[in-house]
Amino acid sequence: MSSLATPSRLSRRERERRGTRGTGSRAVPVPLLAPALISVAFLVLPLAGLIVRAPWGNLWSILQSSDASQALRLSLWTSTVATGVSLIIGVPLAWVLARTDFPGLRFLRALVTLPLVLPPVVGGVALLLAFGRNGFVGRYLDQWFGLTIPFSPAAVIMAETFVAMPFLIITVEGALRSADVGFEEAASTLGAGRMTVFRRITVPLVAPSLAAGAVLCWARALGEFGATITFAGSFPGRTQTMPIAVYYALETDPDAAIVLSLMLLVVSITVLVTLRDKWLRSGSTP
Amino acid sequence: MAAQRIDPVTSEVFGVGQGLVIDAEMTRGEFTLRVDLSVPLGEVLGVLGPNGSGKSTLLNAAAGLMPVSRGRILLDGQVVDDAATGEFLEAAERPVGFVFQNYRLFPHLSVLDNVAFSPRARGGSRHEARATASRWLSRLGLAPFASRRPADLSGGQAQRVALARALAGSPALLLLDEPLSALDARTRLDVQTELSRHLSNFGGSCLLVTHDPLDALVLADRLLVLEDGRIVQEGTPAAVARRPATEYVAKLVGLNLYAGDVDGAKVRLRDGGSFVVPDHNQHGEVLVALRPSAVIVSLDQPHTSARNTWPAIVVGLTLLTDRVRIDLEGEPSALVDVTPSAVSELELTSGSRVWLTAKATDLEVYGADVPTGTGSLSSHDR
Repeated sequence: MSSLATPSRLSRRERERRGTRGTGSRAVPVPLLAPALISVAFLVLPLAGLIVRAPWGNLWSILQSSDASQALRLSLWTSTVATGVSLIIGVPLAWVLARTDFPGLRFLRALVTLPLVLPPVVGGVALLLAFGRNGFVGRYLDQWFGLTIPFSPAAVIMAETFVAMPFLIITVEGALRSADVGFEEAASTLGAGRMTVFRRITVPLVAPSLAAGAVLCWARALGEFGATITFAGSFPGRTQTMPIAVYYALETDPDAAIVLSLMLLVVSITVLVTLRDKWLRSGSTP
Repeated sequence: MAAQRIDPVTSEVFGVGQGLVIDAEMTRGEFTLRVDLSVPLGEVLGVLGPNGSGKSTLLNAAAGLMPVSRGRILLDGQVVDDAATGEFLEAAERPVGFVFQNYRLFPHLSVLDNVAFSPRARGGSRHEARATASRWLSRLGLAPFASRRPADLSGGQAQRVALARALAGSPALLLLDEPLSALDARTRLDVQTELSRHLSNFGGSCLLVTHDPLDALVLADRLLVLEDGRIVQEGTPAAVARRPATEYVAKLVGLNLYAGDVDGAKVRLRDGGSFVVPDHNQHGEVLVALRPSAVIVSLDQPHTSARNTWPAIVVGLTLLTDRVRIDLEGEPSALVDVTPSAVSELELTSGSRVWLTAKATDLEVYGADVPTGTGSLSSHDR
């Protein structure tokens, strides 16, 4: 005769859960629980520290101090322009990558997504070599048009676009790839040319992914540091964006650094909340 | 290349000519579709065929969604696709209306804007396009749904919107891909009747693809049967239903079909067995069609004046609505319909040995003037 183990007790709530979901025990084994808790602590504690250490009393006055507000404004408008530029030149590229076929397409796709894994500072150096005063493009811009890009807001926008545009491109390309071409075929039998199909059918159908890609791109541009400081430097009011301002303020004015960090944290959380399930899941369904 | 523009405002069919003419080969991977057909203005040509027979390929080629690999396509006397010269009129430039199998209504546009899409894309102003769309919506009884999104429509409504959208561009050629297959049985009949009415009002050529024989019989003026990328039969729906040329068509219309050689009053069947038929002094290859309800089943060898009796074994029983279809193996094999009470009286089960009787006058004998290469004829696959 076999003897059963002693039964444990199930709370009423747990009974209900297992009854309705039909799933078994959800108890976490101890060897998994401990590392999981450590990783939560590691990720959350620093951010909590930021909130605890924040000078809540004079938050407003610090934000309004000229350096901080200048950096905030510069960051907001440059990353918005960078997102706009990415939409204008990145979406057509996403379409080309998703819908056409030519030799070297795979190579081109790899190249386009390279900035995703490239250390941003390398991107900054590369931009400097290309568009710097003695760069192989910048030299002629300087000679022929008297244009000097480095260490200007334009350089900030270029650095941000370089780093952030791939986020938009891969998001939109994925959506275009999985979108139902049946609708585009239908539109063409209804008399719509290629451009009309793109404008009236393709773009509206991937609009959710387009928005998600744009938000990701904007958030990445807002946080850009390495490429920007290398290519555009750190001139307050001209090229000193929020992340750069945080870096320098940490030495001179820690409170300002914390407040600016807090701002960036709020922006990041907002982005996450905006993108939650609806957009991050997957593209084509509106 | 001259793009033929159609006046988006009037619903006049443009030009007068001989409608659609296709004499071409279409290749998709390993598959080749070879057709030679024409659809005069005002005619509905039904294309019937099993999955993979090339029906959709045919529609895509006619619409300009894929080019032909040999031969050419003419629309109202004008070449729209010619593999020899390379001429090709893009889908957007062809005066075609396409009703897709799953309708492909644009989910982000209202019903009105879906229907207005074609008049707008073909050069009308937004206002004109919407006016045209409104007219089509009221003509098809869809006016109350104008502001809805396609997702909020029932299957039957979506089907009508798809038809309205295809017609609003004033096409000279209407292409319908399984127009009723996405509907449930109840709405299907209503929509079928209505579609039939709209098709007879349509002045252009119409190519309708389906795998449902009833749709084809009701909606088409003429039928064309495709199998494995070849036309195997062409004719009026009545002729095709009475004298099927292949096993596939016979199954669709519910007939037993046998291939054999006739010599006067005797047909020697290719798969074994023979029939006595009315003597019309015919000789050579023929097909014999036999209705399942014309065969009598008995347990003992019958002594009747009917001269076609043969033994068979029951291999399957299927209940149809008011009768039982028995699948019998013998020389020849046959499908036979009897009443459910006959099944219980004769105690028929799988494996029962019975005798079959068919009157000579119930056998439809006709020449096998079918295009060659219909290998499926000889295999009575079970």
